Amino acid sequence: MAQPQAAAPGESATTVGAPRTAAEARAAVTEAAEQGGVAGDTGDVVIETRRLAKQYRGTLAVDGLDLRVPRGSVFGFLGPNGSGKTTTIRMLMGLIQPTSGSARVLGRPMPNAARSVLPRVGALIEGPALYGFLSGRHNLLRFDAADPTADPRTRKARVGAALERVGLAAAADKKARAYSLGMKQRLGLAAALLQPRELLVLDEPTNGLDPQGMREIRALVRELAADGTTVFLSSHLLDEIEQVCTHAAVMARGRLIAQGTVAELSAGSRGRLGVTTPDVAEAARLLAARGLTGLVTEEQKVIGELPAEPPDLAELNAELVGAGVRVRGFGLERTSLEDTFVALTGEGFDVAG
Amino acid sequence: MRVWWSLGLLRSELVTVFRRWRTLALFGVLAGVPLLVGIAVRIETRNGGTVGGGPRGDNGPAFLEQVSNNGLFLTFASLAATLPFFLPMAIGVVAGDSVAGEAGGGTLRYLLVAPAGRTRLLVVKYASVLAFCVVATLVVALSGLIVGFALFPVGEVTTLSGTTIPLSAGMLRALLIALLVAGSLVGIAALGLFVSTVTDSGIAAMATTVGLLITVQIVDTIPQLHVVQPYLFPHYWLSFADILRDPVQWTGIAKNLGLQALYAAVFGSAAWARFTTRDVTA
Repeated sequence: MAQPQAAAPGESATTVGAPRTAAEARAAVTEAAEQGGVAGDTGDVVIETRRLAKQYRGTLAVDGLDLRVPRGSVFGFLGPNGSGKTTTIRMLMGLIQPTSGSARVLGRPMPNAARSVLPRVGALIEGPALYGFLSGRHNLLRFDAADPTADPRTRKARVGAALERVGLAAAADKKARAYSLGMKQRLGLAAALLQPRELLVLDEPTNGLDPQGMREIRALVRELAADGTTVFLSSHLLDEIEQVCTHAAVMARGRLIAQGTVAELSAGSRGRLGVTTPDVAEAARLLAARGLTGLVTEEQKVIGELPAEPPDLAELNAELVGAGVRVRGFGLERTSLEDTFVALTGEGFDVAG
Repeated sequence: MRVWWSLGLLRSELVTVFRRWRTLALFGVLAGVPLLVGIAVRIETRNGGTVGGGPRGDNGPAFLEQVSNNGLFLTFASLAATLPFFLPMAIGVVAGDSVAGEAGGGTLRYLLVAPAGRTRLLVVKYASVLAFCVVATLVVALSGLIVGFALFPVGEVTTLSGTTIPLSAGMLRALLIALLVAGSLVGIAALGLFVSTVTDSGIAAMATTVGLLITVQIVDTIPQLHVVQPYLFPHYWLSFADILRDPVQWTGIAKNLGLQALYAAVFGSAAWARFTTRDVTA
């Protein structure tokens, strides 16, 4: 089962026509995935798609997607708006029929096995949707009644527990129409938690929440993951993915351009060296001579990307000092998922903070 | 056990339909029709006159002339008055909104990932619309009965054939008529359900269904179009009056019920074919 995982990003890399830096970044990610393998690779896989595609009136919303979500992971699904994330999630949940390719969720084909798969999956898709004229509690009772595997004898207790879990017990008997967006979001989450689930699919779960609410939801996600639930989390907050996810995949223009552990993805973007000095011109000249590229010179600082085979940093520093450069600061800048993302997609992005 | 658990969704659906203010408002309007008719007849006949213009005979809703003599006829008159438009419009609203309203509100995707099952959800939706047909008809009938008994004398029923039957038998026939009127709405309920699976807008589905009803009712009155008229769902609606003949004439009633079953089969299948294959993107 390791083969498709290793092959998938490689294939994407060869098929996407993209800027040079993006190609480089992808190659690095692929390399990392091939060498390190993905944690949980030996265990089973809860979501697996093969060449999954969806076409809407001539345009490909999702194109040749090979996604693999290992069991037990918190999987971040990243991409700019309109990159095909929601279309993918809808295909995984059996709401829309793929144009071609196949998807397996919890080991069974979707949408054909929806009846046996979906009771074990909790989902929040494209924001919450509620009956405004029903109370929060009655909304949950209705969604639970829709599940033929849900035991009606325990329904009230399970609904109460789910409301408790998302901190909505006090407002449970208010009409949902009167809820704030954050409360609606919590109620949507509660609906996903009505039963013990093997997989949670959460599309932008912290959308509309205040910072305190976001922290609570992230804590809840970690708690659920600690219980062994696999969480598939789509988000446009890179920050959020870095905080809670173990794995991530990046989509752009309907294609999957990278997937792996968050650590691998962050490492995929090469390190940058920053030198703080008043002698920027001389420093820049020396650094360029040692193979650094993309040098940016600021008033007191030079930043550049290290080459594929970086020089020994201690020697480089000594060389700078030997050449009379007054080095006041010397160090690698932290490479984040954000750097990777920008390198991969070459696009602007709605970044938190 | 599985059947019982499936009933849970039906119960939830019924609660959701009947708890809405919109549904209660529709019932209020329907209950108001017999009250208005009753009061109007009472005022008109205060001095011992008759309603409906007598000699012209075929004008005004059926049974209106007998109301002042026998309050039970207010039930028949009210059903005859609401069947052409009021009742089917109410059905059009509920049936049109049934699936499209959920799609528009986004709750459809959550029902489907619950997973309600598309066929199961559609069957439950149709069942709840049919339940609404029955309750809406009974609201009109009961309101007519109460107002009729309150405002007019009640006694033996003179049938359309001229014979008389006891009040108890008359009441039984009133119930039968109410059920037949409810049964007459099976066709438009299926039509509305189908329209509801085609769009994601509840309002559009309601408007389309009611628009179709009005169009069909107009076509049904144009003599030049008599060839298609026997296939229009409202064509035999007023056949329920044959219950008040002695003996009861079943031909028209059978034709009506057969036509309703045909509409239910055709548009029910169309709704199923559409709903089980469509992409839910709302």
